[in-house]
Amino acid sequence: MLSAVDLAAIWLTLKLATVTTAILLIVGTPIAWWLAGTRSRFKVLIGALVALPLVLPPSVIGFYLLITLGPHGPVGQLTQWLGWGILPFTFAGLVVASALYSLPFVVQPLQQAFEAIGPRPLEVAATLRASPWDSFFTVVVPLAKPGFITAAILGFAHTVGEFGVVLMIGGNIPEKTRVVSVQIYDHVEALEYAEAHTLAGGMLLFSFLVLLALYSRKGRNAWT
Amino acid sequence: MKTQGSPLLAGLLFAATSMVGHTAEVQVAVAANFTAPMQKIAAEFEKDTGHKALLAFGATGKFYAQIKNGAPFAVFLAADEKTPATLESEGDAVPGSRFTYAIGTLVLWSAKPGFVDDQGAVLKKGEFQHLAIANPKTAPYGAEAIKVLTRLSLLDAIQPKLVTGENISQAYQFIVTGNAELGFVALSQVMFDGKLSSGSAWIVPADLHDPIRQDAVILAKGKDQPAAKALVEYIKGKKATAIIQSYGYNL
Repeated sequence: MLSAVDLAAIWLTLKLATVTTAILLIVGTPIAWWLAGTRSRFKVLIGALVALPLVLPPSVIGFYLLITLGPHGPVGQLTQWLGWGILPFTFAGLVVASALYSLPFVVQPLQQAFEAIGPRPLEVAATLRASPWDSFFTVVVPLAKPGFITAAILGFAHTVGEFGVVLMIGGNIPEKTRVVSVQIYDHVEALEYAEAHTLAGGMLLFSFLVLLALYSRKGRNAWT
Repeated sequence: MKTQGSPLLAGLLFAATSMVGHTAEVQVAVAANFTAPMQKIAAEFEKDTGHKALLAFGATGKFYAQIKNGAPFAVFLAADEKTPATLESEGDAVPGSRFTYAIGTLVLWSAKPGFVDDQGAVLKKGEFQHLAIANPKTAPYGAEAIKVLTRLSLLDAIQPKLVTGENISQAYQFIVTGNAELGFVALSQVMFDGKLSSGSAWIVPADLHDPIRQDAVILAKGKDQPAAKALVEYIKGKKATAIIQSYGYNL
């Protein structure tokens, strides 16, 4: 039913989504924490920047990434200077693009979870002489656990559902940048509808189950 | 019709002819390698006839799939002769309307001057990270590029370095941004008025691939559209032929 190239695309997509989600949880947590607690006038600015991928078309992100990560762009110059070569057409390049593209899907649920906790539990922890790090990991993280789960699910699912940016900077290389969405597009373009149906049907089912899981959680715990 | 005279007058004349309904719009699917010449031809066509050609650019195989699924194109300028013939035999094109509008040339091109030598030896040396081609499944120029690499017995060696553009325009864009050091594109994309516009190139000898005869056809949707017929006649005309040849196509 599934050919070797289709299986390779599925495996690559799962790998990309896992790596991207892990990176986004690490990078997104401090951003969300800062956004939740700050009174800085930059809060609005950073919040808007983080939300940009929600509204920008993938063609805009893909275009700027191709230029910026390319050999003449600032990031491309840096990666070449470091001896890494350039990022477009590589798995690492897709991770960078996906992390950018899925950033709001991780930061926003985390920010809402942190805001819902409020300053009170931390103040209490501080009076008990807990260090900020200590209270973050023993108080905030357990309280915000539903927010972390929502963020991880959304970040993962959104990366699996990515298409346009990958199409623009991926170069469609088997096992490196040819993810499921691109593989489906290829099948459809070549009129290979049977192959397209198998993958597209699988994608539909996967996305529906993810959202079903997410909403049944939400039903129990409200948004966070 | 004279094209001189004040732009205002020409504009008024155009508006007037549009209003009485002698002019029409015609939707055209154009192979990506023919983008630049077709934009010029469409502009001249509109100036000379008042008809407006609405152009969509993409891979030939993709257009085939779209036409089979009811796309509203009246004329199709493909990058091969096979696809229009198939459409005609399947009843999706007007019988007898097929003709060769250009014969394309494949080039190995780099945006860097001096990178590609005029013998294509750069391919054997293999000192590059990425070589861009158009998707061989849907773009005839991509399929021909694979044939060239196969005939040079280099396909296995270069396969891991291949990056595939959705169509030949994306392959060109990968090279022009420097993300791929070189790649196979259409001569028409890198040449104008008999000269290479930039970078360095190797014109692939004709014996390394099949000739890229590009056929056009009036589609079933354009059967009763006078503007579709007018456009096809215009493409066969002297003015269009000169434009086509200026981009390095044979005819």
